[in-house]
Amino acid sequence: MIRPEADLTGPTPRFHIGDRVRIDARPLATHHRVPAYAKGQAGVIAKVCGEHEEPERIAFGQQHRLRRLYRVRLQQTDLWKTYEGSPTDSLDIEIFDHWLQPA
Amino acid sequence: MSHDHPHRHPPQADHAEPVSHHEWLGVALNELLMEKGLYTAQELREMMAEVEAVEPSTHGARVVAHAWVDEDFRVRLLKDANTAVEALGFDSAATDLTVLENTDEIHNVVVCTLCSCYPRTLLGRPPTWYKSASYRSRLVREPRSVLREFGTQLPDSVTVRVHDSTAELRYLVLPLRPQGTDDWTEERLAELVTRDSMIGVTTARTP
Repeated sequence: MIRPEADLTGPTPRFHIGDRVRIDARPLATHHRVPAYAKGQAGVIAKVCGEHEEPERIAFGQQHRLRRLYRVRLQQTDLWKTYEGSPTDSLDIEIFDHWLQPA
Repeated sequence: MSHDHPHRHPPQADHAEPVSHHEWLGVALNELLMEKGLYTAQELREMMAEVEAVEPSTHGARVVAHAWVDEDFRVRLLKDANTAVEALGFDSAATDLTVLENTDEIHNVVVCTLCSCYPRTLLGRPPTWYKSASYRSRLVREPRSVLREFGTQLPDSVTVRVHDSTAELRYLVLPLRPQGTDDWTEERLAELVTRDSMIGVTTARTP
């Protein structure tokens, strides 16, 4: 596979299934794929997905860069203080590596 | 924006005239791309016809019914959905397809809060409600209320797991096989698999 540019995440995933992570809360006015409700939330890695092109760069036609994608599992009772349902209810969301920190 | 644009191509015969700024922007962009020769009007129409020809009942439902009767296929579908659906003769598209299996303990339901990501090669065009601001904002916050509105009552012993399709993956829910269908043929089973059950807002039809 030809990498279009030096790939910062590399082929080895930084996180593994079950790792606790926190989604960055940083604001960004331009195109990105992290909805506001998920910012700053902590959860666990539910799946390690492939590498995909960074959306922030695609939006401006910049040189492509591959980023590792994960599915992060958040607990509904963490997301919403008034959540009504089972305490085990959860939400899986796709988050790129450069929006995650160990938690 | 002006309505007397000198060489406006018809967007599509049954389309209403664009009214908003962004609709006109879409028309203008489409024209520019065609003028630059990236595609022709005929190719665009053919692509739209192709997407519109995909029916949940003849595509996604057949994948689900096959998984219900063929254990090896079910395992493969959950592990690598792209190659599994291609083996059945369906286009899995360029995206990573992920199949979410409902069990007695977990009920999965899919939303795209940022736009309208949807497994179009298996389910066709998404329903209008799937793209609505109401569904996209409420499903992540109060999934059980939304499910109830679709007639789906789940006990608290069942975990509701919402999947927000925010980036590169596309999701298809594998609903629970209804009870009392043990001796049913695959073709008959497929009739129980609705579009909405593959999005996860309902269960499969009961016989």
